[in-house]
Amino acid sequence: MEFNEILERVQDVFRDVLENEDIVLTSQTTANDVEDWDSLNHIQLVVAIEKDFKIRFTSHEIQSWKNVGKMVDCIVKKKA
Amino acid sequence: MISFKELKKNLKKESSALPALKVALLGDVTTQFLAVSVMGMGFERNYNITLFEAEFNQIERQVLDPTSDLHDFGATYTIVFQSTHKLLEKYSMMHPDAQVLLANDRLDFIRTICGSVKGRIIYYNYPEIEDTVFGSYANKVEASFTFQLRKLNFELMELAQEIPNLFICDISGLQNKFGRDVMFNSSIYISTEMVLSLDILPYVASRTLDVICAVEGKFKKCLILDLDNTVWGGVVGDDGWENVQVGHGLGIGTAFTEFQQWVRKLKNRGIIIAVCSKNDEDKARSPFEKNPEMVLKMDDIAVFIANWETKVDNIRHIQSILNIGFDSIVFLDDNPFERNIVRENVRDITVPELPEDPAEYLEYLYSLNLFETASHSTTDADRTLQYQVESKRASIMKSFTDEADFLKSLNMVSEVKKFDSFNTSRVAQLSQRSNQFNLRTIRYTEAELGSIVEDDYYATFAFTLEDKFGDNGLICVIILKTLDSDTLFIDTWFMSCRVLKRGMENFTLETIVNYAKENGFKRIIGEYLPTAKNKMTENHYTKLGFILIDGAESEQFELSVDDCQIGEHFINKH
Repeated sequence: MEFNEILERVQDVFRDVLENEDIVLTSQTTANDVEDWDSLNHIQLVVAIEKDFKIRFTSHEIQSWKNVGKMVDCIVKKKA
Repeated sequence: MISFKELKKNLKKESSALPALKVALLGDVTTQFLAVSVMGMGFERNYNITLFEAEFNQIERQVLDPTSDLHDFGATYTIVFQSTHKLLEKYSMMHPDAQVLLANDRLDFIRTICGSVKGRIIYYNYPEIEDTVFGSYANKVEASFTFQLRKLNFELMELAQEIPNLFICDISGLQNKFGRDVMFNSSIYISTEMVLSLDILPYVASRTLDVICAVEGKFKKCLILDLDNTVWGGVVGDDGWENVQVGHGLGIGTAFTEFQQWVRKLKNRGIIIAVCSKNDEDKARSPFEKNPEMVLKMDDIAVFIANWETKVDNIRHIQSILNIGFDSIVFLDDNPFERNIVRENVRDITVPELPEDPAEYLEYLYSLNLFETASHSTTDADRTLQYQVESKRASIMKSFTDEADFLKSLNMVSEVKKFDSFNTSRVAQLSQRSNQFNLRTIRYTEAELGSIVEDDYYATFAFTLEDKFGDNGLICVIILKTLDSDTLFIDTWFMSCRVLKRGMENFTLETIVNYAKENGFKRIIGEYLPTAKNKMTENHYTKLGFILIDGAESEQFELSVDDCQIGEHFINKH
């Protein structure tokens, strides 16, 4: 799957979980840029993305992403 | 099951009109998501939960310090979630000689919690973690974690029997049902110290609210069954009573045998079983009467309705005989069409979406935990008989034109007793079950009733009623409180709806007035506190001759002991 295709799907998950249709994600987006993306919602997002892509992240991965781009990279690798 | 996301959404919905409930949550792991789930599930069950969430891992301080926020909050229910993870951590750091004391040590602490926390305690038991340090041999080693953990879960059940205000929420049972890999997500745990997965949280919250609702008096009392392809395989009208699938020989008969065994256990526990089937009545009865493989017999069924009317009408009819709320009725039918019609037309009834394959009925029904209860007594099992007698009584009544003649013919006898060691558990149970004929709906536990009996300011009366058809058991409870030397207050008056229109109200009032006279009281005050369910008692006191007190904050009524007229009744005191 392509990076952009995954980014778009991740964006859909974010909109769904955080109930905000205005969310626009880019590679550079961080938790500070998105309203309501706190540490607890982060868990909900992680679990929702895992379900959507049928993958499992390691605990190290969950804690390591600096921005959305790194998260998408991680998914690209798992779906390769 | 509703998702965590939906539960979270419920928190934004308007809930201020719902009955308020104060709940405290103490955990030794991260509990924010559990808190959200419990509040969200509270909304699903029509409660507005105000939740006090103790800070992370503060159970001991919150419980032991009498000035803590927990004690200030004054919760009606305190949920205590001590996780298996933390217990395992504690075990692992213990000196090996002390490990054998792990369960006892924890039980002592739980006793301390029960002694210090007011209100009811809902304690989560321990889903197992098998550390495989001893392998299966752990079963032979008392100091193994497996041994100590299972002992702890077992002893918790013993403790719950001993302490009436302690309720165990069986999340270990949830893990047995769904498996550890659904219950627990390792990577999320490592990142957050959260030991319950997002997928299992709604179930945990649901089981928690099941306990709360049961204690609050909301629970299921009756199971209505369709017959063809629900109780047995096949269609009795086409296949005949010999050929319906039940028992180990025919087709998928085993599935129906086991389903019937489950229904029979519910009946023995006190759930009323009724039948509602589109069939000719004689055909519908024939398997019960003739097929030796049937586990359920006619004796197990309190109300049996088989005809070609709509199920909606028949269910309404069953409800009117039993005189219980639709919200306490579960209806099982294999036909999705019938289920939908019933669901759409009978408000508040529970209609589970049975799986297509009857082999899956039981495991699906287990997952719903429909029949949570907050009490149990051995007389529960007599309930079916009582309702059977009630339908007999109803048909005899039609043969009398004069109501007084009918009542006289019943030869009614009532035994009136103070609360004692025998009847107190039954009184407590009725106090939780009784919704409709209940003037103030104050729920008492066994322990609370015990202290009322000891208190000289209170007088207690438990009434039974027996007639020529049988014994109804305990059917009415009165608690009187002395307000001053002239005035008695009716703190509690509730009655079983089974004995309505039998003159029991008059007999009860006579008992109260006699007690007042003997003890020199001049007036009796009654109070009506409206709930969603007790509208039938709205005019109870005025019907008995009480006068509404003007200007009181609530609906209070007064009766002068010397001038009162007590209505006619035909009940003899035992």
